Amino acid sequence: MAQRKERIDRGIKVRSDDVFVLTSWREMLYLAAPRVVPVVALFVLGLVAGPYWERVLISTCMFALLAISWDLLNSAGMVSLGQALFFGVGAYIAGTLNHYLGLPPGLTIPIATVGGGVLCTLALLPVLRLRGIYFAMVTLILPMMIERVIEATKIFGGTEGISGLTTLGNPHLEFWLAAVVVFVALFGFRRMIGSDYGLLLKGINDNDRAVMSAGMNIYQYKAQALFMASSVGAFAGAFMTHAYQFVGMPVFALDYSMIPIASVAVGGMGTLAGPMLGSFILVPMSELLRGLGGLRVVIYAVILVVFTVGLPEGIFHYLSRKYNQFERWVGVER
Amino acid sequence: MSKEVILQAENLSRYFGGVKAVDGVSFSLRRNEVLGVIGPNGSGKTTLANLLTGFVKPSKGKVIFEGQDITGLPPYKVADRGIARSFQMVKPFYQLPAFKNLNVALLSPRVRRLAGGRYGDRDAVAKDLLEEVGFERDSWVISHQAASLPHGYLKRLELAKCMALQPEVIVLDELFSGLSLAEVASLVPVIEKLVHQGKTLVMIEHRLKELFRIADRVLVLNFGQKIAEGEPAQVMEDPQVKGAYLGSEAEE
Ligand SMILES: Nc1ncnc2c1ncn2[C@@H]1O[C@H](COP(=O)(O)OP(=O)(O)OP(=O)(O)O)[C@@H](O)[C@H]1O
Ligand SMILES: [Mg+2]
Repeated sequence: MAQRKERIDRGIKVRSDDVFVLTSWREMLYLAAPRVVPVVALFVLGLVAGPYWERVLISTCMFALLAISWDLLNSAGMVSLGQALFFGVGAYIAGTLNHYLGLPPGLTIPIATVGGGVLCTLALLPVLRLRGIYFAMVTLILPMMIERVIEATKIFGGTEGISGLTTLGNPHLEFWLAAVVVFVALFGFRRMIGSDYGLLLKGINDNDRAVMSAGMNIYQYKAQALFMASSVGAFAGAFMTHAYQFVGMPVFALDYSMIPIASVAVGGMGTLAGPMLGSFILVPMSELLRGLGGLRVVIYAVILVVFTVGLPEGIFHYLSRKYNQFERWVGVER
Repeated sequence: MSKEVILQAENLSRYFGGVKAVDGVSFSLRRNEVLGVIGPNGSGKTTLANLLTGFVKPSKGKVIFEGQDITGLPPYKVADRGIARSFQMVKPFYQLPAFKNLNVALLSPRVRRLAGGRYGDRDAVAKDLLEEVGFERDSWVISHQAASLPHGYLKRLELAKCMALQPEVIVLDELFSGLSLAEVASLVPVIEKLVHQGKTLVMIEHRLKELFRIADRVLVLNFGQKIAEGEPAQVMEDPQVKGAYLGSEAEE
């Protein structure tokens, strides 16, 4: 007789689906643990980490934001191969405002976040109508183009970039801020995806023509999602500019486009939490491998393949399945 | 019939390169009328539906809805004015549970406007609509992911999505195709109820027997051109129509 794996939601999951029926500490804990544990874990990590690893955690948080931004775009049917565009535009806005106008990070970061979102959205608005691979191609090419323009025209410091920018001050403050922003983005956007608005985005992802035939202006929704996603990416760029006290052409590098996608692949698409988890695995790992020199990339790639082949659904989906469901083997007819 | 004309096509044409998918088709449809559109495969029926609903821009000609020229409006604006459509290739939201598929339409500006600015309990409305088109209420199908629904249910879902928009005109592109006789028989009363409620229907169909029970008038397309229009029985006597259908599915 053939066997099939049967999955059943745990009773406690079903009961705690609705917050208002929580009756015991156990149920509350069940509901709260997946949210509280990662938050506490990150802040504890930040406390025990030395100055070097604290900086790694900060950049991990920024990659997590880029990965969340990628997943947000994807959930509205837009595949981005150019998260570096958002990152780089945010970085240059913050850097130039700080260098030329002397604005403090408290102003440059918010301006870069909103302004970067607006600029990137406007830049991609004409290709919003293109589906699938065409949109992706444009996002891939734009950051490379900007890089070449900066190189050729020598604006904003040209190939040298701009250094000596203002820091946020205290490195601990930097870490705390980064961690808070990551979790605010994660929980905020997860809530949004679960709302009616998220339902529309999922509809667009599934079948944009069907959404249009329901009387919805899908371009408006796509533009809104694009603005949110690019703002998140621009924030990450602006933040890193001040953390490194430097902005230059590397902010448009392929790393900022590819690592977020790898994080999504490892962590699991469509959950926002998966991509964040993916970043927290991949970025620190790449630091650990730094000592290996040329072999680093090879080992990194092997680990990536092992993850994606071994757990194609992504780590987050796997964990949440184990947490929420029983599994057992049952016999099937025929 | 004295009711006002609600939808009008004037010399509607669409060319794809050298192919005249729809070629100079004109007709007018009165409120609460049911127009059947028939024709052999590739005769331009789906393209006509796309032209009426804005999914394809006409090469020539006009679409007039409720006295206003809606030619060239994007699909969402056409839908917003009250022309809903179903797709021949079903287009459900695969990731969503069946009833949540309707919530997308129930969130539309049109539905909100008609409800006086409120949205109400959408989940309940969605489940009611699904029951109306023949989903068993309180069964697993209603909340099952659309991806795992059988074809018959997906077709019903297409119809329910149209109804959710509370449209004036519904354009149904081969709603009955791929359904069993029993399934079609169970859908016919649903369509009849829509007619009774005063909806205007354009039904593209290959299933002539069922169509002729419902349609007031039939329009026949062949190679993109209208070759006949009139009452079902009379149209089928037309020698040109007989010619177009010769050896095809006219006799099922
Ligand atoms: N987007 C397109 N690009 C090019 N040609 C097209 C396009 N859409 C339709 N056609 C052509 O137009 C003609 C009419 O197609 P249409 O789909 O409207 O026919 P139909 O009557 O709906 O056929 P069926 O009964 O198979 O559904 C066909 O020759 C088809 O190949
Ligand atoms: Mg067709």
